[in-house]
Amino acid sequence: MIKIEIITRDGIKNHDEEKIKSNLPFIGIKDNPDIRFKKCYYFSLDNNEIVNRIVKEIIIDPIIEEYTIVNNTDYPLNVVEYGYMTGVMDPVILTLNDAIERLGIIFKGDIIRTFRVEFSKNYEKEDIDYIAKKLLINGTVQYRLNTYPTFKKGKEFEFKLIEIDIANIGDDNLMDLSNKMVLSLNINEMKEIQKYYNKLNRKPTDIELETIAQTWSEHCKHKTLNGNIDFEGENINGLLKSTIFKATKESKRDFLVSVFKDNAGIIKFDDKNHICFKVETHNHPSALEPYGGAETGIGGVVRDIMGTGKGAKPIANTDVFCFANPDYPHTEIPIGILHPKRIAMGVVAGVRDYGNRMGIPTVNGSIHFHNDYLGNPVVFCGSIGIMPVGTETKHSSPGEKIVVIGGRTGKDGIHGATFSSISLNDESEAISSNAVQIGNAITEKKMLDALLEARDKNLYTAITDCGAGGLSSAIGEMGENTGAFVELSDVLLKYKGLTYTEIWISEAQERMVISVKPENINKIRDVFKKYNVEYAEIGEFTNGKNLVLFYKCNKVLELDMEFLHNGLPKPNKKAIYKKREQNKVNHKINNLKSTFISVLNNWTIASKEWVIRQYDHEVQGRTVGKPLIGEKQDAPSDAAVIKPEYDSLKGIVISNGINVRYGITDPYKMALCAIDEAIRNLVCVGGNPDYTAILDNYSFGNPDKPEILGDIVMASKGLYDAAKSFDTPFISGKDSLYNEFKLKDKTINIPPTILISALSVIDDVQLTITSDIKSSKNPVYLIGNTHNELGGSILYDVLGISGGIVPNVDVPMAQKIYRTVFRMIQNGYIVSAHDSSEGGISIAATEMAIGGRFGLDFDLSNIPFDDEQDFETILFSESTSRILVEVKSNMEDDFINTIRDISYCKLGYATFDRLIRFKYKDKLLEIDLTEIIESWKSALRW
Amino acid sequence: MKINVSLLYTEGTNCNLETENAFRKVGASVETKILSEVIRKNENFDKSHIIVIPGGFSYGDDISAGKVFADLLIHYKRDDINRFLNSGKLIIGICNGFQVLVKSGLLPNIDGNENVEVTLAFNDSGTFIDKWVNLKVNNNSVSKFINHSLPDTIELPIAHAEGKFVANKRIIKSLNDNRQIVFQYCDKKGNITDKSNPNGSYSNIAGICDISGQILGLMPHPERYVEIYQYPSWQRKHFSGDSIGILIFNNAVKYVRENL
Repeated sequence: MIKIEIITRDGIKNHDEEKIKSNLPFIGIKDNPDIRFKKCYYFSLDNNEIVNRIVKEIIIDPIIEEYTIVNNTDYPLNVVEYGYMTGVMDPVILTLNDAIERLGIIFKGDIIRTFRVEFSKNYEKEDIDYIAKKLLINGTVQYRLNTYPTFKKGKEFEFKLIEIDIANIGDDNLMDLSNKMVLSLNINEMKEIQKYYNKLNRKPTDIELETIAQTWSEHCKHKTLNGNIDFEGENINGLLKSTIFKATKESKRDFLVSVFKDNAGIIKFDDKNHICFKVETHNHPSALEPYGGAETGIGGVVRDIMGTGKGAKPIANTDVFCFANPDYPHTEIPIGILHPKRIAMGVVAGVRDYGNRMGIPTVNGSIHFHNDYLGNPVVFCGSIGIMPVGTETKHSSPGEKIVVIGGRTGKDGIHGATFSSISLNDESEAISSNAVQIGNAITEKKMLDALLEARDKNLYTAITDCGAGGLSSAIGEMGENTGAFVELSDVLLKYKGLTYTEIWISEAQERMVISVKPENINKIRDVFKKYNVEYAEIGEFTNGKNLVLFYKCNKVLELDMEFLHNGLPKPNKKAIYKKREQNKVNHKINNLKSTFISVLNNWTIASKEWVIRQYDHEVQGRTVGKPLIGEKQDAPSDAAVIKPEYDSLKGIVISNGINVRYGITDPYKMALCAIDEAIRNLVCVGGNPDYTAILDNYSFGNPDKPEILGDIVMASKGLYDAAKSFDTPFISGKDSLYNEFKLKDKTINIPPTILISALSVIDDVQLTITSDIKSSKNPVYLIGNTHNELGGSILYDVLGISGGIVPNVDVPMAQKIYRTVFRMIQNGYIVSAHDSSEGGISIAATEMAIGGRFGLDFDLSNIPFDDEQDFETILFSESTSRILVEVKSNMEDDFINTIRDISYCKLGYATFDRLIRFKYKDKLLEIDLTEIIESWKSALRW
Repeated sequence: MKINVSLLYTEGTNCNLETENAFRKVGASVETKILSEVIRKNENFDKSHIIVIPGGFSYGDDISAGKVFADLLIHYKRDDINRFLNSGKLIIGICNGFQVLVKSGLLPNIDGNENVEVTLAFNDSGTFIDKWVNLKVNNNSVSKFINHSLPDTIELPIAHAEGKFVANKRIIKSLNDNRQIVFQYCDKKGNITDKSNPNGSYSNIAGICDISGQILGLMPHPERYVEIYQYPSWQRKHFSGDSIGILIFNNAVKYVRENL
């Protein structure tokens, strides 16, 4: 074995060293030690000549790096050396091996990569262990070396069929089995399985139980939202069916192409193309391994787009995150939980590295903070695709070959589907380490390129992605109406030693399954070869209405498709809605200016520029409405605008609506607000509220608790009411339940969280606008009604007040406002518009001022208010459906004539002096723009 | 005259479509060539006039940006590339393409031996940055892509993690003396300042050419500014004439048309 260590040359900045140094004080190590960071490679063969050649030609950058061959490495107390655990894929090693082969270097050995951090001073063992654990190593996928790594060669799996006798065992033993095998099935489900096998008069095999558990998991079947719910006497037979699907079914819109039946929802774009959109949640993995979790979240949703119809090309990504506050005291973080700042940084890095490498612009998103996300961060990843008209349907037929393409199969991600259907606790890190995966974007990128060519040559008939449940779910779904057989030993493996069950349920990333007519097999092979994509023919779709699996010609599974897909007993759950009182609060603010600054710098409102600029939001050259806008390109935009075709001005507008505080008091209003905000955001840039489709993403706590399920029911009713009234049909959605974290003495459930993502199609991107103030000559107006609605507001978060009235939505009025604003943007009356949401109109106005680098001279005295008035409430109330607009000076009369029967108020003008002045009768709040910009921008600059 | 552009594509290339779009807009026809196929079939570039290596993350940039692409290109295609250059033709590398060109030794190639003389290291910020920057254009450079036709300062977007230009003093002096520096990061007024340097590049260098001016490498993305709607907050500005990015592609095509 040979080890090499790489360091940066003298005088060259080493970013890994800097990063560690800057983070040490944050975990309480404040003595600023000197650090040396080294990248290390271990080669299993003792051939200096070849190792030198590999290092010189491929690994090092001679201008900034130098390397040494280390003969006797040791692991003293001041050193932390760490690497990936055996079985965790390291993309760098994959690329390195590939490059060695392509350059014709003969090296028949293995390479392992590690990182070595050498501290200048000797710490106590506990301190070094603490630094290693808190800052350097993620125990889920990495380990610390204290001796040479071993080049383990997996042993071939020796086939032995495992059968489990469940014929005569009682309830307790059935549940023990469910827990032991991480099946996550309840007693009724276990009994149904027992009944099925008793009828067949045989024992189930392990792989059969696993397959049923995957297929019946909450993650795949959405049992709670499809099951029966007793809601205070009201019998709800399928919550989604009676709310979300119903709103879509009753919609009169004519732009729907495919809804709720494919991997993403599809709507019409133009004569040539459709657009599809999907948003996924990826919460549980991101809690344990934020980087890998977020990466695979993006990777998964992108594969959903690639697997929609016969496959779409992803053209934009979105992301929305919810974390606990990043200043949460380190000492109070419970065991088994990563610090929220570490989670946030890992998630951002994961989305960045995967999205950027895939070449998909990340164009829209938001980040929200609430301490109840401590144990369960929420990570939503969305992707939008474009697909030629005619490719929106797929159909596999008996006789067609089942082909797996893309990444190889390993032990990664085993039990992801069932794992994501249970609550986390402080042992989750240990028991579910396999459930977390590391992504490799380039494997997915080349698979995408190959698939698009194969699609355009019409070489396959159906496609789906291998997501949760792996091959089990993918092939189970594709073969649901036909039947299928698979030879598991034909699946390409990363390493030897996988059992037949592991092959079948592995959730290794970057794999898709396609159905290929036998006569096209050779042609499609050529396409895959051209793009260097691996593939394996593993079985065939049949007429048999059953699923049959073999391992080296031994039958290991035989299940009726009917039982597998429809045998799941519908759960009956109880829901109770605990109404929370909402009353006005007499808040008291001593220093208005400092309160305003605290609201502006609140984690949720502070600039997200540091995050946004790490994402390539312009790759593909289609982003014509960018996430950062204005004179200095640092003000937040309301929605993204994409021009999907290079030779057409037609566009799409992408926005989101979410509030993580309203639902704690009123989940029904929270749902209304989410839809209202999503539509408002897209209207503000010129989106058409009458050509808008939406997506729902639920993230809630444990639905087995009746009061949490009650919140889910109320939120669903809100979603139906708003979507029905706006006539914005849902086209796709996803739910993530059981977001609770069990501690020894208490259980934290996340706040009721609903994300609405919205997509609008517009005819001409030239008629879109941005929120930054354009000219001091133009008057600024407020459109919409203001009420005393401070419940769940950022103001009350800052003041530590828990009461108040949560904002409501007058949907018919909102619709009237949005239609009018859309028309006025089309007519050119409005040149800037910004939605008022968290923080209220004072924050919205300030963001418009920052965007244009203007001051403001606004008089708020005449804002229509249906209640006892006070300055603070007008400044910070979060009443919905309000938009601030800058009206072109010579069109003010047209504006007023158009807006007449809607509530509005002229606020004033922008000024050149960069002073923001909000006047109210005899009161004045004055803020110097130059004083607040830096703190607003730097709160989230890490 | 039909201008043929070969777009070199490999696993991880991802700016190919917009680059193709930019060349099409100026009348060139673009053929995408997959590097591994070029190597396997032993194809050359004799029928092309321009080779473009677009942006992306070739081979994941897993080892360092552009490195594996550069290794393969120089290992298998050195002679073909030299023949291509000897006939007066042009090569442009954008972002990852620039990284490929410097790591293969084709840029700046001051001593003519294709030794690696400079590199593009990790940004000083330690992260990826997507941002529009001001660039000072050296209209006196020998680059065939500039041709004295660009304004003295222009705006283009950068989007990279490894774009910090690093070279020793001798190399930088030669680049200067040979008029090989093409673009430098600057402020709005064209002043080359530390504050306007987005990634810590030595001498604020954003783009260079080889001694002959036939090869251009740059970190900013001209293909992302070929129409006004790609400009950030285009709603704030009055536009006249072509978008800046398109001029660079136009110059290349014009040069080929007039000289080959």
